Amino acid sequence: MKQVTAKKDPNTSIDEREALKKMWQIRIFEETLQELFDVGELYGTMHLCIGQEATAVGGASPLNESDWIVSTHRNHGHCIAKGTDIRSMFAEMLGKKTGTNEGKGGSMHIADLAVGNLGSNGIVGAGFPIAAGAALSAQMQGTKQVVLCYAGDGATNEGSFHEALNLASIWQLPVIYFIENNQYGMSSSIEQMVNIEKLSERGKSYGIEGVTIDGNDLSVVSNTVSKAVKKARNGGGPTLIEALTYRHKGHSKSDKLKYRSEDECRQWQEHNDPILRLEKKLLQHNEITSKEIRQLEQSTRQEMADLVASVKLDDEPTKADLWTHVYAEEKI
Amino acid sequence: MRTVTYLQAINEALDEALGLDEHVFLLGEDIGVYGGGFGATSGLQEKYGKQRVRDTPISESAIAGAAVGAAMTGMRPIMELQFSDFITVAMDQLVNQAAKIHYMYGGKATVPLVMRTAAGSGTGAAAQHSQSLENWMAHIPGLKVIQPTTPYDAKGLLHAAIKDNNPVMFYEHKLLYQTEGVVPVEPYTIPIGVADVKRLGTDVTIIATGIMVSKSLAAAEIVKVKGISVEVIDPRTLVPLDKETLLTSVEKTNRVIIATEAVKNSGFSSELVSIIAESKISMKLKAPIVRLGGEFVPMPAQKALEAQATPQIASLVQAVEQLMKEADI
Repeated sequence: MKQVTAKKDPNTSIDEREALKKMWQIRIFEETLQELFDVGELYGTMHLCIGQEATAVGGASPLNESDWIVSTHRNHGHCIAKGTDIRSMFAEMLGKKTGTNEGKGGSMHIADLAVGNLGSNGIVGAGFPIAAGAALSAQMQGTKQVVLCYAGDGATNEGSFHEALNLASIWQLPVIYFIENNQYGMSSSIEQMVNIEKLSERGKSYGIEGVTIDGNDLSVVSNTVSKAVKKARNGGGPTLIEALTYRHKGHSKSDKLKYRSEDECRQWQEHNDPILRLEKKLLQHNEITSKEIRQLEQSTRQEMADLVASVKLDDEPTKADLWTHVYAEEKI
Repeated sequence: MRTVTYLQAINEALDEALGLDEHVFLLGEDIGVYGGGFGATSGLQEKYGKQRVRDTPISESAIAGAAVGAAMTGMRPIMELQFSDFITVAMDQLVNQAAKIHYMYGGKATVPLVMRTAAGSGTGAAAQHSQSLENWMAHIPGLKVIQPTTPYDAKGLLHAAIKDNNPVMFYEHKLLYQTEGVVPVEPYTIPIGVADVKRLGTDVTIIATGIMVSKSLAAAEIVKVKGISVEVIDPRTLVPLDKETLLTSVEKTNRVIIATEAVKNSGFSSELVSIIAESKISMKLKAPIVRLGGEFVPMPAQKALEAQATPQIASLVQAVEQLMKEADI
């Protein structure tokens, strides 16, 4: 392959080519799930993050493997970005014993503690205090770990958000509350549900630095998170980041998208898609060629198709598995 | 052997656990200088510092959630909720998170936390500070539920709860805090899931939980004069439940009374009745099972009304005598 002369963006803290690959993995992982669902091969529900790949990758990339993420119901991007094995994620989605959660969690609870993924949550806002607890644990044990807690815009109206931010602030915990403001909590526009301009303003109430950023600009996201990670690791306490983004798909499988216009959606998809924006930037900086982009997309599609084909052959849980793991014998 | 109060026994177990395991820490409202709502953590912040005996804001959801997050990442938090009624505010973290994470994650994470809380009526604290809601937690797979009734049980079961690798709900009864009993000086554990025969008898079995254990023992003394021999069984842990000890006693006496302070409707006493009814022993019962429990009313503040709302020694005595009469017919 021809080596392109790299004119790297000097202002970015992330390997953007590597990030682009991850973003494509996330998008095609979810497109593959959608296809499986459409042909009736996927049981249960899921919440797609297509359109939010920059917040997923830009949020997790500045973290070390031993740092934690706490995720939400819209979690696939976060999990892949933190390094959760994609094959195991497909297996979880397809109800296989080889799944990240042995088939017991499904989409909404994918966890992989070995790579710092403390798990995804089906209860909106529940992750805020759990993230504070993990950060407290790191602080008390002196591990220098940092916790990044993903959450949606709607979650900031939960009491747990306010309780956790206050706790994180008074104890100066090494945690970053990272709000993916994708404009809607299910069908409810965030504009109708809060009476403030920016969700990041809420940090002020708790003595936490709050910042609102363009969540579809990978470099902006990763730079902002990098700064917050550094601060948290050095004992500077929590940060509240609001990253503005958009979910291209509906809330979940039942969404008929009656609450937003096609035009609005098209605007975001055509002019503010995080993958297209990153590709454009890399092309402008001569860091990638159009051909390489096409190859990347194609090889990722092939990679995902191969994984699914292989996962389909895996064993399902047995009847006996119903009763395992209700109670723990050993500590993990 | 020395005698200490139930409150001291709990304080001692916490003290020892903090001393034995650096991963153990306490968090809750006013547990530091104040010593906790009822004094169970008295003196511990002075001894172990503000990091390990951690005063929190009035944020029950954050207390529970922080305990979950810390437990998943290597610590052994012991959280205090001043009154068990406040569990309502922490419910999501205990029921949807703590209870389910081990299972939901396919066994790849554990949540070794203890939730200690003061429960029950008898202090005139009215409807929002007097409930017996332990049955809620007993309904949730993944949680263990303990209701110690003596200082000895309190210390041993609290040590066991702290060592357990699951979320354990530990209900202390306010009226028991000042009761005394023999308690070993050194740390010890009582296995979770083993009932205790608090009094041996031959005529009637009373299965009692919480404060009803001491009331049943008092009632047993009263009816003894009339020649009735009562056996009192204390399950001690609602989950896991030692069914064998309960059924063995009922098989011996063939007459059974179940006494809880909690309201009977959809209560733990219903569960105990079902266990007996579903066993073959039910065919040998000399009389129908008798169930004493709280009246189906919010707890009133006024002293006489409050006493009327839960079974008292006199009602237990009456129930035993009535049961013996019915069985004679």
